This record gives sequence, C-alpha cells and structure tokens, in this order.
Amino acid sequence: MNEAKDITILAIESSCDETSAAVVRNGREVLSNVISSQIDLHKLYGGVVPEIASRKHIEKINQVIEEALKEAKYTLDDIDAIAVTYGPGLVGALLVGVAEAKAIAYAKKLPLIGVHHIEGHISANYIENKELEPPFLCLVVSGGHTHLVCVEDYGKYQILGKTKDDAAGEAFDKVARAIGLGYPGGPKIDKLSKEGNSDAIAFPRAHVGDSVYDFSFSGVKSAVLNYINGCKMKGQEYNTADIAASFQKAVTDVLVDHAMKGVENYGLKKLAIAGGVASNSSLRMAMKQACEEREIEFYYPSPILCTDNAAMIGAAAYYDYLNGIRSGWDLNAVPNLKLGER
Amino acid sequence: MRILAMDSSGLTASIAVVEEEQILCEYTMNYKKTHSQTLLPMLDDAVRMTGLSLDSIDAIAVAGGPGSFTGLRIGSATAKGLGLALDKPLIHIPTVDAMAYRLYGFGGLICPIMDARRNQVYTGVYRFENSFEIVERQMAEDIVKLAELLNSYGEKVVFLGDGVPVYKEKIRECVTVPFSFAPPHLNRQSAAAVGALGLVYAKEGKLENARDHQPDYLRVSQAERERMEREKGREE
Repeated sequence: MNEAKDITILAIESSCDETSAAVVRNGREVLSNVISSQIDLHKLYGGVVPEIASRKHIEKINQVIEEALKEAKYTLDDIDAIAVTYGPGLVGALLVGVAEAKAIAYAKKLPLIGVHHIEGHISANYIENKELEPPFLCLVVSGGHTHLVCVEDYGKYQILGKTKDDAAGEAFDKVARAIGLGYPGGPKIDKLSKEGNSDAIAFPRAHVGDSVYDFSFSGVKSAVLNYINGCKMKGQEYNTADIAASFQKAVTDVLVDHAMKGVENYGLKKLAIAGGVASNSSLRMAMKQACEEREIEFYYPSPILCTDNAAMIGAAAYYDYLNGIRSGWDLNAVPNLKLGER
Repeated sequence: MRILAMDSSGLTASIAVVEEEQILCEYTMNYKKTHSQTLLPMLDDAVRMTGLSLDSIDAIAVAGGPGSFTGLRIGSATAKGLGLALDKPLIHIPTVDAMAYRLYGFGGLICPIMDARRNQVYTGVYRFENSFEIVERQMAEDIVKLAELLNSYGEKVVFLGDGVPVYKEKIRECVTVPFSFAPPHLNRQSAAAVGALGLVYAKEGKLENARDHQPDYLRVSQAERERMEREKGREE
C-alpha cells in the first residue's frame, strides 16, 4: 500500500430516486458531487415509484457523470477506480448504476468497487470531519433505514440495532401524509414542528422486547393516526403543528436514548449520525445536547451529504480500495444487501 | 467499420462484434441468469479470445426496446458506459426490427413476437422485397388483433420470438394465412443481427450520443398508466 500516492475515485449512486456521481480524492476531499433529484416526479405519486425512478436514472446517468468529471476538472484517464452502490435499494434503480459503472471500469481497465449504501452514509461523516476515525458509534436514519452501528474500523461494522418495522423516515412520511403535508414528509414535519408544542400530545416511545438497541416506529405512527381519527370522530379540531412537534419528539427521544446507551455500553467517545433524517433539526439538537452532557464528540454531515449522494460512496470506497477490495465484472445489484456482507 | 452489438431485451443475453464482411464473434445465451451478472463477463470473454482492442470499435449498437424493462436498462447502461468511456457513438436498434432482420431474404411476411404479458405481444411486420421493409412498425398489440392484421395481408408469414411458445395455440386458432415458425438457430434475439442492422444505420448516419440514449419501452410504467386512468376517470 503506497499511501503517498493520491487515490481519486469516480463514484456512482442510483439506489433510490437520486442519480449522483462524484469525484473524491483520498476518501475525504470532494472534488465534485453532482446530484440529480427526481423528487418532483415522485411527488405526483406520494412516494418513490421504482419503475419511474429506474427510467429517470438511465436518462440522466451519463450527463451526471460527465458533469462530475468536468466540475472536478478530471478526465477518466486521471481516475484510479470506479465505485458504485450495489445495495441495498431498489433493484431496478441500482442496476442502472451498477451496469454503467462496470462498463466504464471495464473500458478504462480500472478497478471496480461495489459499495454498501449504508456504508456510504456512515462515511459521509469523514468528508467534513477530517479528524474522525473509527471506532465510533453511528446512527443511520433515513427513509429506508434505521441502524445503530458500531464502526469498529474502516469497513468493519457491528450492527447493534435496527428497526423492526418502519424506518424512521418512513414514519415521518406517513405522518406527514396523515396531516396533509405531502411527500417527502421529513423536512415538512421539521418545519411545522417549530410552530407546535412538543409536549402537547403524549405519543408512545416504543421499545422492542428485551432489545436495548432495536427500534419500532409503526406504533408511534399508528398512535398519531388513532389520535387524528379520535379527534375526527368527536368532531374536535386538532392542531397539526402540535401533532408534528409531539410526534417528532417521540421519535427523537427514542433515537437519542438508544444512541446514548450504545456509546455508554461500548465505551465509545464519538457519535456520528447519517442519512436523510440526520438533517432533522430537532434530532441534531437533542443529540448534540445529550453528547455534550456526556462529553462525547458529536459528528453530523451537512444536509447535502445526508441525502443520497455519490461523494459518500467515494469516501467509503477509498478505504475499501486501501483494503484491497475489488469487485468482479459479474457484480450484481443486491436489493437486500446486509451491512458488512459482500 | 466495426460494431460492438448487444441485446439483453429478453431472456437472451447476446453480444457480438460485427464487421462489414463477417461476424468477428458472437456470444449468445438463452439461459435463466441475470443479464447484470452475465453480459459484461460475456463481453470480456469475447474480447480476450479475439484479442480485440475496444478502441478499434467504431460504434456500439444496442437493442433499444421493446423488451423487459430491466433487461433493456442493463443493455442501455452498459452501452452508455462503454460509449462514455471509449468516446464512441451509440446506435439504437429497435428490438423487433433486429429480430426480423435475422430472416433476411425470406419471401413473405416476418413477424417477431415477444411475450409482453397482459395478452399482448411486442411485435412488428416486415418484408424483404428489394430491401428490408418495415410493413408495420414495432408495437405492443393484442395477439388476436395481430392475427387479424396478418390475415388481412393475405401473405404467408413466419413467426419467431419468445412469444411463439406462449401463443402457438392462439396462432393456430386465429391465423388463416399460411404460416410457419422459425427454427431454433433463428428464433430468438441475436446481437449479430443488432450489429448487422447497426452497420446499415451507421451508414445512414443514425448515430446518437451515449448521453442521449435511453430505451424505447413502448409502454408507460404501471404507476403512470394508473394515474392517467384516474385522471381520465375524473374528467368524465
């Protein structure tokens, strides 16, 4: 391993409804990070439609890659490896990125590195926090995932807990729909919550059986729906801002509680958050406060790096590259890929 | 001129390198495995065995649809990636046209049928008089309506494609003109045919930039269809 030489990776991400390409140097320096979002298209359907997402990816992918190279002032001849998200995610969407990445790597005779999407989210923290190194605890919260992960080393993960039903972001989307906010729900609930009282309604903080770290969000979501139905049946008005704030507090409380148990039980001094819900202002504030009380370093990516983006894939791929991990030309999309598996 | 061609629109996964006078190589599999895993290793095998330099390719021809949505995108993304990396143009070949082109010189109508589910086939009608002639452009059509259309032409017809095993009985029942089914070596997609038609397209200047290429699905997605039906319902 020659660490003196710069390693520059072209990374591609297409696991859901964002087509993205990035050029990342040495895992932490983002030279470009182009994201083409399809969100307006999917709003018409109240959520991501896999076939529409896949069609949009194939339409946009070359343009996004070309822009990423241009912005970084790189050509493919200056690139050391091609990285691509190969799971988890929507299979049709993943396949576009995987087939494209394989063809580019093959034609340019470059190493190919298949990256786990969650590993990418975790690694987003490396980009703006040059001093962050494992071990640390990471809470990954998005529309598709809720994982509490102990990052033992680069590429080495232990999953402490995950959701047993809805992902945290999914619960935000469903509650947002119930109070008429539309899709995507996270940012809308976050905004409306600022006008509401988070102690107005006591929604449940669900814990899963004897598991300290697992999550369950379908209960709190149902409680919100029941509350609304109850009000409607009694002909009572209800305050959507109070519902949003109280629901958000219920979710945040559980996320913070589990994360704090994790750092304490594993004797970790650093905590990072990642994924779309990591942009939530209430979660950031509560987690920051809890960390300060315990003298734990708290890390979080800026909002753009919390969304699905290719820079985070390039960050993760760099450490895979150093560890000698290479994918074959038969690399496939794996929609249910588990963290730490290959 | 040398064209790299591929077709992953159906169960068939096929790649070929086609030159003016011959097929340099063709690798075709009709075996149930995902094209995502097979297409590039097949290309790699062919390239290694022929010692081909990818830079010597003039254009990349791809079966651009109709077909399995996912299969089409695997072919398209592979072609787009190669086109981008090699800085070569793409040639978008309609899948059904390439299938018909396999039966070059056949005296009668050529009718490829691909199973498109929901009682439909992806099909088209073709003929060789002095040249390759598209009689009915590729489309998604009900199998019975297709039979009626073919009967109206009053010419003998040959069927091919993965729709044949599915609709054989229906064809026997509904087609009244003389008909036959193409033999196994001619009855599925072939990248060689995509490449051979690609040569014709290239000479006609029908090239596209890899950036602009996308499959022609011939069908909107189910979600879009349902939304359009809902909106239509509201208007009425």
